Amino acid sequence: MSLDLILRVGTKLILPFILLFSLYVQFHGDYGPGGGFQAGVIAAGMVILVSITFGLAAARQVAPQAMVERMIPLGLLIYAGTGAAGLLFGRNYLDYSSFAPDPAHGHELGILLVELGVLITVSGTMVSLFYAFVERGR
Amino acid sequence: MALLTMLAVVTVAIIGQRSLFAVVILASIYSFLMASVLVVLDAVDVAMTEASVGAGISTVLLLAALHLVNTVEMRPTRPRLPPLVVSAAAGLAIIWGTLVLPAFGTAEAPIHRHVVPRYVERSLEETNVPNLVSSILADYRGYDTLGETTVIFTAGIGVLLLLRGIRRRGGGADRAS
Repeated sequence: MSLDLILRVGTKLILPFILLFSLYVQFHGDYGPGGGFQAGVIAAGMVILVSITFGLAAARQVAPQAMVERMIPLGLLIYAGTGAAGLLFGRNYLDYSSFAPDPAHGHELGILLVELGVLITVSGTMVSLFYAFVERGR
Repeated sequence: MALLTMLAVVTVAIIGQRSLFAVVILASIYSFLMASVLVVLDAVDVAMTEASVGAGISTVLLLAALHLVNTVEMRPTRPRLPPLVVSAAAGLAIIWGTLVLPAFGTAEAPIHRHVVPRYVERSLEETNVPNLVSSILADYRGYDTLGETTVIFTAGIGVLLLLRGIRRRGGGADRAS
């Protein structure tokens, strides 16, 4: 693939910042706008940008297909498992009060775990769909 | 007002287009304008979703889909009057419905008087999370978000099976079973 030099160098420069912004949106979602869904889409956007600029093979090195496909159910399991953990602590499903000695901190931790599950499922789904479309086009 | 005018212009441009490529790009512009409108309305979380999903991912996926199919819309073969009447009637019904809505931005609207005051007052002490949107989505309304994540999971798996399954049958090799 011989694409424009400026495009390739520019993409390389911007990639780490996209991923960093995604993580910021994820972990700062408690304080500012954002959360697992937005962060997942931004992270998937990074992989898609790699794929568009450097080709599908390079993107598969960054995010192997087997990994992104396993991320789809993994995130949902993390979410549902966080809910089930509430049951194990003797509370209701998706009640995070017992995760920490202070109920408020327990809720904070629960929200973090749940958002992590959403992030994993969303980014896995988006990248898998993109891979599937590109494969069909060949 | 300027944003809404631009939204209307983009919509009219989409209607007039025959090239689906141009339609996808215009739809992406529409999503960015919509995200700006949502920022103006102080719904930053929704604006972020609209910009990343509406303008970003869905544009990429639609372009990828266009790569698989023909990129020019066919000329309509049937008369255009009935669809026009149906859309005009639906639009008028929606406008008629907005007439009975509470005034824009009023604190007396029913949606602000049910459970919202409780969330606004107690969210910080109960969850330690200053962003009310996060605490409602992931905690108070945890079941809804679990359902939404399940929807993404199901939709993703379904599309993957559709796209992969057909290709594999054509290739003859069946790795799945």
